[in-house]
Amino acid sequence: MLPDNDTRFDASGQAWLNQLASRHHNDASLLLQMLREMQERFGHIPQEAVSRLAGKLAIPRARIESVASFYSFLHLKPQGEYRILFSDNITDRMLGNQALLEQMCQLLWLQPGKVSEDGLVSIGTTSCTGMCDQGPALLVNGRAITRLTHQRVQEIAQLVRNRTPMADWPADFFHVDDNIRRRGLLLDNKLAPGDVLRAALALGSDAIIEEIKTSGLRGRGGAGFPTGQKWEGCRKAPGNERYVVCNADEGEPGTFKDRVLLAQQADLVFEGMTLCALSVGARKGFLYLRGEYRYLLEPLQAVLQRRQDSKLLGTDILGHKGFDFNIDIHLGAGAYICGEESALIESLEGKRGVPRNRPPFPVTHGYLQQPTAVDNVETFCQAALALHMGADKYRTIGTERSSGSKLISVSGDCAYPGIYEYPFGVPIREILQDCGAVNTRAVQVSGPSGVCVPESEFGRKLGFEDLPTAGAFMVFDDSRDLFEVARNFVHFFAHESCGFCTPCRVGTSMLKQTMDKIADGHGTQYDLNEIENLDRVLQTSSHCGLGRTACNPVLHTLKHFRPAYENKLKSLMFSPAFDLDGSLARARQMTGRDDAGAHLKEDV
Amino acid sequence: MSDTFQLDGAAVPFEPGQTVMQAALAAGHYIPHLCYHPEFKPHGSCKLCTVKVNGRTTASCTMPAEANLNVESNIEELNALRRTLVQMLFAEGNHFCPSCEKSGNCMLQALGYDLEVHATGFRHLYPDRPLDASHPDVLLDFNRCILCELCVRASSEVDGKNVFALSGRGITKHLIVNAESGKLSDTDFALYDKAMQVCPVGVILPKRVGFSQPIGERRYDKRPISAQALDDAPRQVDTSGNCEACEDPT
Ligand SMILES: Cc1cc2nc3c(=O)[nH]c(=O)nc-3n(C[C@H](O)[C@H](O)[C@H](O)COP(=O)(O)O)c2cc1C
Ligand code: SF4
Ligand code: SF4
Ligand code: FES
Repeated sequence: MLPDNDTRFDASGQAWLNQLASRHHNDASLLLQMLREMQERFGHIPQEAVSRLAGKLAIPRARIESVASFYSFLHLKPQGEYRILFSDNITDRMLGNQALLEQMCQLLWLQPGKVSEDGLVSIGTTSCTGMCDQGPALLVNGRAITRLTHQRVQEIAQLVRNRTPMADWPADFFHVDDNIRRRGLLLDNKLAPGDVLRAALALGSDAIIEEIKTSGLRGRGGAGFPTGQKWEGCRKAPGNERYVVCNADEGEPGTFKDRVLLAQQADLVFEGMTLCALSVGARKGFLYLRGEYRYLLEPLQAVLQRRQDSKLLGTDILGHKGFDFNIDIHLGAGAYICGEESALIESLEGKRGVPRNRPPFPVTHGYLQQPTAVDNVETFCQAALALHMGADKYRTIGTERSSGSKLISVSGDCAYPGIYEYPFGVPIREILQDCGAVNTRAVQVSGPSGVCVPESEFGRKLGFEDLPTAGAFMVFDDSRDLFEVARNFVHFFAHESCGFCTPCRVGTSMLKQTMDKIADGHGTQYDLNEIENLDRVLQTSSHCGLGRTACNPVLHTLKHFRPAYENKLKSLMFSPAFDLDGSLARARQMTGRDDAGAHLKEDV
Repeated sequence: MSDTFQLDGAAVPFEPGQTVMQAALAAGHYIPHLCYHPEFKPHGSCKLCTVKVNGRTTASCTMPAEANLNVESNIEELNALRRTLVQMLFAEGNHFCPSCEKSGNCMLQALGYDLEVHATGFRHLYPDRPLDASHPDVLLDFNRCILCELCVRASSEVDGKNVFALSGRGITKHLIVNAESGKLSDTDFALYDKAMQVCPVGVILPKRVGFSQPIGERRYDKRPISAQALDDAPRQVDTSGNCEACEDPT
């Protein structure tokens, strides 16, 4: 680790910091947004800058450290000038990201997780970056690079060694494909900006909510809460202000449909948010965009500006007196938990993304404790469509209790990964056929927190009746070890646990250790029992959905693919996790020895 | 007549705005807890107080009391859960009770005895957490921190000093001190701060008094925590700011 010499925080840095604070009106609720800009500017958040900012915002400096240390893309210690993070979802692994990471480390002479001695570069891994349809992917200083190959890794290493400014890197590196494979009512819509709002203004707030309720629309973020009911609750809750929040955190590994909607249908997203604002009586909205999608910020801001200019946002929208609404974009900084709605609100308020105690729920006590409607990106699109086409017509699409269509993010072992839009009720088998998957062993529906569906159940249908989904659809063929899939997901949860509650903070780490122990060949029946014990504790006492679902990957794969575990177990009842030989690794490294005499035998 | 809910078969009266925990303690019913402190807003993080309300598990310290709820607490399923949570907390930090100054006055240890936690249960994580002995009167031994945030809350809400905060995420979460040096001596922390009195375990310790009260004669040596906690229940702070139930730090 380098000393925190803060060489990057000189007089011009200080002037910049003063300007940053005044641009944000010295408002501590914008702390995270300021920290994110500091990270971009300095490559880390210098100690001295923390103290100065604390003074400006009149908050304790420990609070700034506390917030900064929560988000994985913010660093309180100097990192490399080039910070490279390999996306480490199971789909990236299946596409060979580990060999690429090793190659990059060799080319740049450093170890993963370390900063090179000259301070030039640091290399590590990060949770799924939402590029599973074009992986393996990585982030360099927050910018996504997709479709990695050994060739591309070599080129990147060369650019880094030459200290080429990122603005001069080949544009092709940063190209992100939309990969839309199948369209339906959403992706095929021919709406022009303002169409929905004009229809809505003719209806009035109460009728809008009625229409959304009648349409049967349910949230697309995973939980499937009836959208009309949420909007009505928000409208009726007592409060001085109301807020609309679009959840674009899209952190569930294997999900990337919101990325495509924000790239392709930004107008429809904002139109849906404005529709919601009209119906609940909100004047202010936020789009919470995950840090991994930083590259979408400027294009989205341009759309907001265009909508301002054409009176679709701002004051007296479409000439309607008193219909005022504005949208701010807030960026996240690498924390899956901020997709949970109350953690998202905490993060919007510039705090650590820790889920709140509920009740009360955000509809009554959300942003700044005021009534707030939080919905997923796709939900806002679907609401706009449902209102425009009419509730009765909308209801005819999909199934009885799951109306409308759903965007599915397909990745993994298939010929055509990408975005597929289907009416609800589509069987898994049909999607597998469409995406060109063969010899499929299992599909992970709705990401690590969802369900692992084995081949015998490919007749099951997507929808709230059977398999609810936020959209992820990861395909595994018969060459894949489902134990390794589950282990990857368990690592994900341990890394993303916010650490607030005991069961999840400690339990996910214990689970990770146990899975690693089994992978290393030290597992026994005892460890399988421990998994069951951990599952019980996580499910019954965790504070939020992350902890409550963290065991799912293990439970589901144990249920359907038990041999994948058992053939890694020792026959013993118990085997210590302490690895005598492993503990000598450091000594071997220091002495430069790796001969037989420097190793202990297993059976000593 | 006020409304009541059922707790393990007994009727418990409550005032509007009370949580299940608050009403239960006030009525003389013990529910195990660690991060809850009667003088502070419930936090809901340790989950020791998990109960079943109408069949669903939830933290009783944050659950608003409502008429006719059916709350189960003292049942084997939940006590087994609590034992595991205590084991997790022991495994997460570095707790060597026999050599700890707080032994006998420690809530974690007392809960361990009361819930009959007989084995370690988990592999210990042995985190590396250096001490902070910089302050003239106070020692910080982070090895025992259970991240309940009571000191954070006390320092900010009562003392108005914000001496403590939490840093990091997940299993790397840890307590920090509000100073660029990270040292307690560079803050205005003082022996008479409320934050000095609230730590349920042995992190924030007054110097030079370690064993002046012998082990064996301490708070939970005399009475199990389940009895002690009820006496402390709606704890009253007297006009001089002293809390009868809190230990005297000097
Ligand atoms: C750990 C966790 C992560 C979540 N991540 C997301 C997310 O990335 N995007 C999302 O829309 N909802 C996410 N949710 C669900 C939200 O809490 C919330 O239910 C949703 O945003 C509501 O919108 P909807 O009704 O339109 O689905 C997450 C929930 C949990 C527990
Ligand atoms: S369950 Fe996990 S993510 Fe959720 S509050 Fe608890 S520690 Fe945080
Ligand atoms: S130091 Fe004590 S009071 Fe503070 S968080 Fe740790 S255990 Fe809780
Ligand atoms: S006492 Fe309720 S969660 Fe800690």
